[in-house]
Amino acid sequence: MIRGLAGALAGYAVGAALVAAIRALTGVDPLAAEPLVVAGFPFALIGWLLGVGVWQAWAREWVGLDARPAAPPGWRRYFAYSTDHKVIGVQYLVTFTVIFLLAGLSALLLRVELAAPGQAILPPATYNQVMSLHGILMIAVAVSVIIAGFGNYLVPLLIGAEDMAFPRLNALSYWLIPPVALLLLTSTVLGGWDSGWTGYAPLSERNRVGQIFFNLSFILVGLSSIIGGLNFLVTIIRLRAPGMTWGRLPIFVWGIFLTSLMSAVFTQSVAVAMLLTLLDRVFGTGFFAAARGGSPLLYENLFWFYSHPAVYVMIIPGWVLALEVLPHFARRALFAYRWAVGGLAGVVALSGVVWIHHMFTSGVPFVFLPVFLATTELISIPTGVIFLSALGTLWLGRLWLRTPMLFAIAVFFNFLIGGITGIFLADVPTDVQLQDTYFVVAHFHYTIVGGEIFGLFAGIYYWFPKITGRMYDERLGQLHFWWMFIAFNLTFFPMFGLGLAGMNRRIADYDAALANTNLFVSIASFALGASFLVFLWNVIVSWTRGPMAQANPWRARTLEWQTSSPPPLENFPVPPTVVAGPYEYGTGRAHAVLGGAAGGDD
Amino acid sequence: MVGRERHAERPGHDRTSIESLGLWIFIASEAFLFLVLISTRFALVGFERPAELNQPLGAAVTAVLLSSSVSAYAATRALAGGEAGRFRLFVRLTLALGVVFLGGLALEWAEGFAAFPPARGYGSVFFTLTGFHGAHVLSGLVVLWLATRRARDPWPVRAAVRYWTFVDAVWLFIYPTLYLL
Repeated sequence: MIRGLAGALAGYAVGAALVAAIRALTGVDPLAAEPLVVAGFPFALIGWLLGVGVWQAWAREWVGLDARPAAPPGWRRYFAYSTDHKVIGVQYLVTFTVIFLLAGLSALLLRVELAAPGQAILPPATYNQVMSLHGILMIAVAVSVIIAGFGNYLVPLLIGAEDMAFPRLNALSYWLIPPVALLLLTSTVLGGWDSGWTGYAPLSERNRVGQIFFNLSFILVGLSSIIGGLNFLVTIIRLRAPGMTWGRLPIFVWGIFLTSLMSAVFTQSVAVAMLLTLLDRVFGTGFFAAARGGSPLLYENLFWFYSHPAVYVMIIPGWVLALEVLPHFARRALFAYRWAVGGLAGVVALSGVVWIHHMFTSGVPFVFLPVFLATTELISIPTGVIFLSALGTLWLGRLWLRTPMLFAIAVFFNFLIGGITGIFLADVPTDVQLQDTYFVVAHFHYTIVGGEIFGLFAGIYYWFPKITGRMYDERLGQLHFWWMFIAFNLTFFPMFGLGLAGMNRRIADYDAALANTNLFVSIASFALGASFLVFLWNVIVSWTRGPMAQANPWRARTLEWQTSSPPPLENFPVPPTVVAGPYEYGTGRAHAVLGGAAGGDD
Repeated sequence: MVGRERHAERPGHDRTSIESLGLWIFIASEAFLFLVLISTRFALVGFERPAELNQPLGAAVTAVLLSSSVSAYAATRALAGGEAGRFRLFVRLTLALGVVFLGGLALEWAEGFAAFPPARGYGSVFFTLTGFHGAHVLSGLVVLWLATRRARDPWPVRAAVRYWTFVDAVWLFIYPTLYLL
């Protein structure tokens, strides 16, 4: 990692010197900050990547030397350019959990300021910066944590493969993430930026230099997401174990597959929006600068054409993680498996044709309003199918209410509230009233925190014994669940009322009449924040001193539980052969056998 | 290296088919990038087009790039047929045509910079689109050169030619977008 930083500095020096030289030759001020940063950045990135391990593990081959893959033993492999999908999955999970907690702390700062009207504990300018930082950090977490963390760890295990299709590319996609954190932190030191996570033009074009760090880091997260998506698609198509037909894929793998399709396609659009903003700022093109004939509305279109599908990139992994947990703890097959896959595919298919519903008040042509109202409402049909699959699995099941199950059920409880309130934001007449109020804030926190993050915790508790080889403390897990569930609802439910009363989002102050509710929300948000201390305590103590876990503590049928905890480097001692569906509870049929001798296809 | 060899050992996991699928998805992903960039032309300036565009030059570089695809294809045929001499000839021809294309583009940039500056409207779109595409042509040349330098294995050559053909095909959409519509 130190080599990486040195590489980054060297690369930056090369890039910046190159630009300064070109500018000096053409007679423009050679030391202007922005061109130096923007041009130095790709060089710094390449320097960083070569330094952290791309050179050792990969690039040496390009110049005819032997590659030396990094394989330090023990805990040190988590800090190395490891190509083991399990190590990369843990790297993603831990990195994003840390970012999640930091971004959560920034939210608490905002709630301190909002605890009472008329105060300026955070001056308004600082408030805007903290709000922007909270937004983009949480977006990065939500886009990546389940798909990149659990996706990497589990997809090869669940399909009976030894690793991802492109292990070195996989490591590359992870090592793009630390520079994002570094960029955003540097930007805060340089005065930050205050455009929110949406970075709308024209503000983004006139803002301080901190803005370009936002644009660059957004592009990096996007790049990491595209590379990851490509890797998942190839892995799932090409590396399934013998007998693992598409109809026998665990639902979690289906979700990662469909989400990867979206990442690989739509991310380009936001990357272009960010790139064109940079071109406008550095090279003086006129894409979004209204003063030079540019179109701020074009930015919004490019931005939301990705960023609406992005909410499904966030929530689908949360749903399928919950759907994956439900059958094992209800001891029943997943209800209407094919319909659930169809529902997910339906959401993906519709995701590309709804983005204008973010722009109903932006001055888009009137004819778009009813069209995008209708397409948005249509999404509730495939979503409803997914809910039916979850409820049908629970119905008459013998529920085993351990911590992962509690979180998985809460995903559907919370998302129901988030989904129903979304209808009022899809309907143009109500949206015109509710746009940019706390109603929207409550809605998306119910869907993403209530849906995806509760799903994330279901996954952490469910696979904790598999990943760490140790068991977590069940009592602390249940305490964490109830504490977080209650505090979450107390924090976000009152925000619907605040939004209906007209409280604006992204603004440091509000009408004095809303003081009591806001104080209540602020107190509840601190209770929510405190619930993660229980989680952290449980994870740290259990990971270091918890009782050793069995290979299959949940007596589940899927492949990851048929190998040791934690699994060996090559995942399975002998390659598995899949002989039946993944959720054959009550039929006595195994999902897979290790080795190809027994079984065969149905 | 480790992952590569491990997978190659398993039955049914043919490394070339894995990499080929990866390349197709990468190409699809790149295609969306250009689709979005091309859409900015119509969103920003509709069908407006400056009279100063050098139409003969535009048509000429298009012809050059298209013939480079043909010669790249001829190179893969020669490699498959084991004709090393023809293979080297067609690879060099392809690389030369790519360089000529970039030269024509540079000429167009020099002329266009004054006539339709990048500061607004059509100029912004023109320089961004041709710049992005030019960078892809350059990367295609580098990849083609690296892959054909030591042509022991036909797959890297086929992969590089597939990418090169994709980059040429993108120009078939950019050319009418900028010059004809």
